Amino acid sequence: MSGPISLTHNKYYSWCRDNLFSSWINGIITILSIYFIYEVSSFILNWTIFEADFVTNFRGERIIDRTFCSKNIEPGQHGACWAIIIVRFHQFIYGFYPVEEAWRVNLVYGLLPFALVGIFFDNLPFRKYFIYFTFLFPFIGYFLLYGGIGLDAVGTSKWGGLLVTLFLGVTGILLAFPLSIILALGRRSKMPVIKTICVIFIEFIRGVPLITLLFTANVMLPLFLPEGVRPDNLLRALVGVTLFQSAYMAEAIRGGLQAIPKGQLEAAQSLGLTYWQSTRKIILPQALKISIPPIVNTCIGLFKDTSLVLIIGLFDLLGVGRAAVADIDWAKLHYEVYVFISLIFFIFCFLMSRYSLYLEKKLKTDNSN
Amino acid sequence: MKQGIITLEHVNKWFGDFHVLKDINLSVSKKERIVVCGPSGSGKSTMIRCINRLEEHQEGKIVVDGIELTGNLKNIDSVRKEVGMVFQQFNLFPHLSVKENITLAPIWVKKMPKAEAEELAMRQLEIVKIPEQANKYPGQLSGGQQQRVAIARSLAMNPNIMLFDEPTSALDPEMIKEVLDVMVDLAEGGMTMIVVTHEMGFAKTVADRMVFMDEGKIVEEASPDKFFNNPESDRTKLFLSQILHQ
Repeated sequence: MSGPISLTHNKYYSWCRDNLFSSWINGIITILSIYFIYEVSSFILNWTIFEADFVTNFRGERIIDRTFCSKNIEPGQHGACWAIIIVRFHQFIYGFYPVEEAWRVNLVYGLLPFALVGIFFDNLPFRKYFIYFTFLFPFIGYFLLYGGIGLDAVGTSKWGGLLVTLFLGVTGILLAFPLSIILALGRRSKMPVIKTICVIFIEFIRGVPLITLLFTANVMLPLFLPEGVRPDNLLRALVGVTLFQSAYMAEAIRGGLQAIPKGQLEAAQSLGLTYWQSTRKIILPQALKISIPPIVNTCIGLFKDTSLVLIIGLFDLLGVGRAAVADIDWAKLHYEVYVFISLIFFIFCFLMSRYSLYLEKKLKTDNSN
Repeated sequence: MKQGIITLEHVNKWFGDFHVLKDINLSVSKKERIVVCGPSGSGKSTMIRCINRLEEHQEGKIVVDGIELTGNLKNIDSVRKEVGMVFQQFNLFPHLSVKENITLAPIWVKKMPKAEAEELAMRQLEIVKIPEQANKYPGQLSGGQQQRVAIARSLAMNPNIMLFDEPTSALDPEMIKEVLDVMVDLAEGGMTMIVVTHEMGFAKTVADRMVFMDEGKIVEEASPDKFFNNPESDRTKLFLSQILHQ
């Protein structure tokens, strides 16, 4: 808005008048909308916070099973009973990981951001050392989580909850990324054999549901491996998830590659750069930048799809939640469990989405929108 | 035909069934400035793109500075180090700053230390008269400035030969002069140049020889004086009358 602001009308007043009450119809819609927002948000806030139980019920008793929940004592008068989350918190976050060893998982959670910042922010001070750490991290993480020298071994069958979700999501995405770049470049290769292999791989993986892939990885993978080598369930799921993600990401990247004008490669070649130099310094940086939205789209999709590992017997966040709901002591607290799980998924997906916006903004080098 | 720094002998090229270059013979000697003109689709761009192997010719022989262009990748690399190219669409790298555009090839192809490459880039930007734009991105520059950066980027590889593929065709009229000025400087500095252009004023100023192409053939080759004042072929006369009276 331009023009002088009169003394009696401050800018909030005139903004409201111009945008919310510019006509009778607009005014009525505004009032109805405000009423609607008030009703919905007061219901949500009351249910989740003000009328909800956390550790104790309305009588002040400690909640140890569902019969203590206020809403089960006085039906229809109370909000959520979060005690189910609090009591089973360990399972949600660590699965069946031994309680006394949970610090190892915490340490991995705590180190994870340090392993990722180096990849995510290129203007970071001492970035080089963060990147070194990124390459070390899989080994540190594996050692801490799985155990080994000096640490008790904790088999992956005991992993669960957020740990499995994050393990599959983060590792799957990070492993799929380089693979997908190779697939996308291979699909555009002039060498027929490489091109055919990449096309078949991508089309096959994209053509089957993730569930099928997970089943296949679970059942078929041992058949291809030598006798006696039995990769554990989680690893099989990781293979399935990584292949799935790499095919989708490859197509997202191929879209970006196709958007780069031919002149870019010609200019690079005429300067004497080799194919790999041109690809690495000229084509990929631009193609990946264009592909950020679809890449993040597939990442968010995959992160949520990791919950499908439930069907091959792994207890990810959703699996643990379903187990909680099925527990006789805590039955019929679906809402609490699913709201909590949704919230955790939402936080991670939202972070990915925001990061992609940050990246797009940072990489913008012209004055266009 | 005397042996030149660039020789094309009986070069033929097809795009599918379309015969785009028909028996091209051309010899360019060192420090010679050739201007190639002709109607669109006559094969002039294709011809110069064959000289640094952005296009592959199917028949005939192309030799650049003693190196024959064949499928041999090593030869192609050596030729590309000798030959700089400037494109109609500039083809600057939009994700790199002006300075990075120029230092990229010296650092990666010539393995030049970064500081030295940056010094070189600044010298090249002085030559094309825009050192103050060094830290901007191509998207922030005008067309004329972008094309001058593209020239600086090519020059940074210290080529013996420069190819220009309609360098001013994508520019607004008021920016053409600043680019042509840089090219005139370059010509006066003794660079071997092949320029595809319709800028006849430029051709008259700098060209040692005019080459006129039509339908994939070289129709006429002559000194600018003869070419403009006394062309032999009727096709050339028609072309000149159209281009000079627009």
